[in-house]
Amino acid sequence: MAGPRIIVLIKAVPDIERVKFDQETGRIDRSSAQLEPNPFDLNALEAALRIKERLGGIITALSMGPPQAETVLRDAIARGADKAILLTDEAFAGSDTLATSRALVAGIRKTGEFDLVIAGEKSVDGDTGQVGSEVASLLGLPSDSYVDSIEDVTDNRITVTCDYGTRRYVRESTFPCVISVTKNVASPRLPKLADALRSRKAKIEINGASDLGEFVDRKTLGTLGSPTHVMKIRIGSESRRDSRRLAGSPTEVAKELADLIEYWLHGGKGIEKTV
Amino acid sequence: MGGRGLKRQSDGILVFSEFISGSLHPVTLEILGKARDLADKVSSDVLAVMVGSGLSEAARELVFHGADVVYSIDHPSLTDFDPLLFQQNLVPLLRELNPLTFLLGATQIGRCLGPRIAAQLGTGITADCTDLDMTPEGNLVQVRPAFAGNIIATIITRTRPQMATVRYRVMKPASRDQSREGRIIARDAAFTTPSAKVITSSRSTGIDISSADIIVSVGRGLPRREDLRLIEDLADALGGIVGSSRPLVDDGWISKEHQVGFSGNVVKPRLYIACGISGSPQHLFGMKDSEYIIAINKDPSAAIFRVADVGVTMDLNEVLPLLALEIRKRNLSH
Repeated sequence: MAGPRIIVLIKAVPDIERVKFDQETGRIDRSSAQLEPNPFDLNALEAALRIKERLGGIITALSMGPPQAETVLRDAIARGADKAILLTDEAFAGSDTLATSRALVAGIRKTGEFDLVIAGEKSVDGDTGQVGSEVASLLGLPSDSYVDSIEDVTDNRITVTCDYGTRRYVRESTFPCVISVTKNVASPRLPKLADALRSRKAKIEINGASDLGEFVDRKTLGTLGSPTHVMKIRIGSESRRDSRRLAGSPTEVAKELADLIEYWLHGGKGIEKTV
Repeated sequence: MGGRGLKRQSDGILVFSEFISGSLHPVTLEILGKARDLADKVSSDVLAVMVGSGLSEAARELVFHGADVVYSIDHPSLTDFDPLLFQQNLVPLLRELNPLTFLLGATQIGRCLGPRIAAQLGTGITADCTDLDMTPEGNLVQVRPAFAGNIIATIITRTRPQMATVRYRVMKPASRDQSREGRIIARDAAFTTPSAKVITSSRSTGIDISSADIIVSVGRGLPRREDLRLIEDLADALGGIVGSSRPLVDDGWISKEHQVGFSGNVVKPRLYIACGISGSPQHLFGMKDSEYIIAINKDPSAAIFRVADVGVTMDLNEVLPLLALEIRKRNLSH
């Protein structure tokens, strides 16, 4: 076998540090920030590249998003992905995580056989972390989330360390399977300039809803197919406190802080002790 | 939509009770508290489900904390968490009970398992809710932050069950009442073959900053790496844990499990002391709900002061050793 066939899921997201919101509607001001690859997905791509360096194989970058998300797939090619597919269509607009996962699964099925799907832990904009697990479930495949490191990969299985909060496991899964990786799994490389230039000319396969018709019921996509609906969005209120500034010499300030801490921990109102 | 509801009226607020390797996750008790409020609004029952091994004592705890009925799927093969295997055992019960709402903790396990189940059921799930309410018609109103807390979204779900994961340490735990009675119903595990081979299983690295009561946190304002001992010493005096903003983790000064913020841990301690932390949105997201916040920073315009209860504009080296000394003198160790 010529190495594993890996699909990496990549989302185009606005730069979270720069993005601005319409104060009235709470919607994103699209002009405020360009789309860039979701940082967590770059860790997923890097994990795939490292597997390929050892075993060969083929890496397909798959994204669902607006037409401008193409730049993010070119970036993936510049970093070493072999193929890139963009699912884009008005019919996908307004998708929640389940409708998104259905489209991605249709895109995955259309590529034919595969061994491993790698997703980033979550996206920095939606921050749900749900798509990797929903994709795995819809594919009917085993999955692991919070994969901190890939211990071993062979032609037919992968061994990962995953952190489920209270327990940490090393688990070995047989292909095909799905993993969602954390930032710890591998730090992304930067694309080389020559590769970045070459990627501008690379072919990006574009699929609309009709191209996926054989693999998914159109009614289950987009707003229509999304079971959850955002009723209201408001700009997060920054919690402000009175922030009394303490003044005086370091010794005086240290004493006053200790007074406050003592009062708070032992004399002030405390939370109910439970369990 | 519609068709699903016509089959049989969805009823009951079902709570996934996270019990892995011998202990019940505290978020379960917080969700039980909220589930009782929600159930009362639609005159419904609080149901709980546990998957694991050796569950009998924990099942009774769930009753003491307000569950009317506890479904226990107890089998040695379910000791370790397995995403697919847990899904396979939970989905048949969900199909049978057809609950109005199914809630899980927004823990690693809940955030992995919830979406797997939702996708198989073809129902909606909202991640990481910070508040929930129930309309008289039985619509679950789900509130969650997105975009690093820049926006707060209110979400409803038109399918049943209405699923959500609930953030840890946001809701008040249900009170314990040992005289409470409820039914505990044992269910056979329908599936017992793990989806992966467990090579090793261990406790996570120990530092669990998200459940710390006292955190002394440090940021870029710390001049030298060796000054970290000032922070460690103060944390030690208070019996707290050292936290950190992202840059220090990125620079390798301190390990990732100490990181507080959007890409690290969300914390809500009784006391948070921010030392040399400027207060980027990404950091504030992770700590702004702490009960009492003290900020020490020599830059008087640092954003951290806007969320602090008390601020000190001073050099860390000047004030921290004196504060640790003062704390030790009073024996305030928590």
